[in-house]
Amino acid sequence: MARVVVNLPQRARRGEIIEIRTLAGHGMETGFRRTQLGELIPRDIITRFTCSYNGIEVFRAELHPAMAANPLIAFFTVATESGTLEFRWTGDNGFSATHSASITVD
Amino acid sequence: MTTRRQFLILAGGAAVSGAVEAQLPPNIEALRKAALAEAVRKVTGDAQVRRGKVKLDLPPLIDNGNTVPLSVDVESPMTSADHVRAIHVFTEKNPQPYVISAHLGPRAGRARISTRARIADTGTVLAIAQMSDGSFWSDSVNVVVTLSACLEDGLI
Repeated sequence: MARVVVNLPQRARRGEIIEIRTLAGHGMETGFRRTQLGELIPRDIITRFTCSYNGIEVFRAELHPAMAANPLIAFFTVATESGTLEFRWTGDNGFSATHSASITVD
Repeated sequence: MTTRRQFLILAGGAAVSGAVEAQLPPNIEALRKAALAEAVRKVTGDAQVRRGKVKLDLPPLIDNGNTVPLSVDVESPMTSADHVRAIHVFTEKNPQPYVISAHLGPRAGRARISTRARIADTGTVLAIAQMSDGSFWSDSVNVVVTLSACLEDGLI
């Protein structure tokens, strides 16, 4: 299980726009590098990131080899109601990581 | 009989075509431009891309192309009637033009994403936003890269 870090406010006012910053530990091997013997190192990256808010998808991204290692993705969402946010990263070679965070909206 | 000149021309041609099959050769600019145009067309589907509304922010001088912070900000009220559907980022000189495609909606509240990219060489970085009315807006920034990403020896 890869290490992931998600940063978002624990409390928010209803309707407030909050920033969510996510970081996933992953080397993001591009598939364009070669070993000293000249063999291509196969691609191994995270290809997809999704964020759902109480089960409804609010943000989705497709990643490519041009993303830096340990991909950081920061985005915004409206705090509509109290509940949980689910984050999911999936990628090559069956890579999968999830994280959930709760938020209180008043 | 094969002259030395004919032999060299043949050998040179074979080397080039072999490289094309392996991966896009880093030194052929036209292929890169075509790949970028193709990637943009895949997103926009021949719709007109206008400049404006989008603000792509990244440092103009990049010491290390392996991790380049960038952010894309799109002017939009982000209501259900008028919002940004997707933000795409492309680079001109990487082996592949794609960087990230982010899909958002009215629940984002604010159309802004930040991330970190790898950039192989001095060139253009392009951001395209797709609006809910189907229009496309873009912004591009020319960057200078001193240490290349992707290829350890740098580009030829």
